[in-house]
Amino acid sequence: MAAPLLDIRNLHLSMTSFDGEAHVLNGIDLTVQRKEIWGLVGETGCGKSLTGLSVSRLLSSPPARYKSGQILFDGQDLLGLTEAGMRALRGRRIGMIFQDPTTNLNPVFRIGEQLVDVALSAARHSPEILGLSASASRGERKAAAWRVAGEMLDKVGIPDAAARLMDYPHQFSGGMRQRVLIAMTLIGRPDLLIADEPTTALDVSVQAQVLKLFTAMVAEHDMGVLLITHNLGVVAQTCSHVAVMYAGNIVESGPVAAVIGDPRHPYTQALLAAIPTREVKRGALRGLAGTVPNLIDPPPGCRFAPRCALAGAECTLAAPPALAVGPAHRVACLRATPGGTG
Amino acid sequence: MLVLDRVSKVFPAQGGLFARGSSVVALKEVSLSVGKGECVGLVGESGSGKTTLTRCILHLDAPTSGRILFEGQDLAHLSAAALRALRARVQIVFQDPYASLNPRMSVHDIVTEPMLIHKDVLGLGARQRTDRAAELLALVGLGPQHLHRYPHEFSGGQRQRIGIARALATNPHLILLDEPTSALDVSVQAQVLNLLVDLQARLGLTYLFISHDLSVIRYVCDRVALIYRGEIVEEGLTERVFDAPESAYARTLLAAMPEVRVTAPPPASP
Repeated sequence: MAAPLLDIRNLHLSMTSFDGEAHVLNGIDLTVQRKEIWGLVGETGCGKSLTGLSVSRLLSSPPARYKSGQILFDGQDLLGLTEAGMRALRGRRIGMIFQDPTTNLNPVFRIGEQLVDVALSAARHSPEILGLSASASRGERKAAAWRVAGEMLDKVGIPDAAARLMDYPHQFSGGMRQRVLIAMTLIGRPDLLIADEPTTALDVSVQAQVLKLFTAMVAEHDMGVLLITHNLGVVAQTCSHVAVMYAGNIVESGPVAAVIGDPRHPYTQALLAAIPTREVKRGALRGLAGTVPNLIDPPPGCRFAPRCALAGAECTLAAPPALAVGPAHRVACLRATPGGTG
Repeated sequence: MLVLDRVSKVFPAQGGLFARGSSVVALKEVSLSVGKGECVGLVGESGSGKTTLTRCILHLDAPTSGRILFEGQDLAHLSAAALRALRARVQIVFQDPYASLNPRMSVHDIVTEPMLIHKDVLGLGARQRTDRAAELLALVGLGPQHLHRYPHEFSGGQRQRIGIARALATNPHLILLDEPTSALDVSVQAQVLNLLVDLQARLGLTYLFISHDLSVIRYVCDRVALIYRGEIVEEGLTERVFDAPESAYARTLLAAMPEVRVTAPPPASP
């Protein structure tokens, strides 16, 4: 098999703050292949978004400092790239979609102009996006960019796309705006898509449509996706793989069917037990006491130990290694249950 | 306890330079009743009129037509003083625990403020108010040591507990819960939901639970009403609506609900 699309190896990230240095990512290992949709889940403050932002190198340093590790994108270490080199990848080979579609579109420009900007910028690095030779005139490029923008908008399911290019963002609903952003990301034909809570701000019915669009686009464009969310329901429905994060560590990862169908890490089990399902009787829901620990002075050993019902003395001695418990299913826990108890 | 009788609310079109002509019908003949000790869920998408309905129940907005009866009293015919007295019996918990607590007030001041406002009804002195605040904090799982802290010192779940303690301060009969857990993580959401269920059993409260999260509604509510574009499209016992939805809208909504279910069987253990 060729080199994986994205291979994060032992990534350590620290942030300096007034109170000291916070170890926000503590040895992340994650491999994303083409056509895989990886869900990244966990509570607020677990480092999900920071992982995503690290891949697109959107964290300014300081305060962010990469202590060690590599982020290999098609075999190339992104941490070693210059800002110019990174800019050639962003929006072109690595696309990003953020949570709030309202704040990510400029309210004073037409949707079309914003899409065309992206298309022209992407075409600077790879002219084939517009279907023109490199020697095409400025006017030709611009006309082609408008055509591409219309095609993309049509592709993400916006009716009457060509006419709607002339509309402003406020004339679109929330779900439509998120579609516009997806169209914008797809213009560069990215190989890797990082979607940070793309449906959190949307209603469930719109969310379902957007997620369906996502899966269709992944199959069509042969992309790899990192879908950051806190909603395990979205993961179960959309993703092929999932990585559960806790306090800067990936505590469990693997195919969705294995991790959600048969969770082995106490944290994954607790997260799943906290979701109200049809079977849970009123008052019988199990919450998870406590909060994500302070990362400036994290608890020794396993960072989940202070909240873990199964933790013993050995858990506070050293961070548990991630061990395979099934095909591609890895768990970082000394007490990981060998049988299916989830 | 609470009866809404064909309540409509129309926001008239703006006049003046930007006059558009058509007015907005936010609620269309909404009828709903909430019995004592019940938890009724109100589900709808953004813009469906959920918030307008709560504002009408609190009488922050007067309905255009229809009647709202609370414990037999028609809200529209109450004097200002009677309305104030009534508001001690209806309280609300807001969605965003980060925005609904004044950052410059201590927890003590936040929780005792409703007691101060409803002094005529409750008749509590300063000492009694402080004692009651400590009692309320214990009830929601915090302690008297938290009384003199400020909202920024608390996590999201703890803040929502403070919001609940504030809502309980006046011994209300009905509590409107406006998306009380949607700003929280699932783990914390579970704790807050359990707290609400527990408080309802202990204090005999009545809830009107507004949410767009169907799994939460299914977990806590006895009855559920679906609102779509200002109209109640379906109403009934929670199990009935979830198991055998009658309206097309209910079916669409339920189909879109992201359930944590995996289709493929988990691989065999090694």
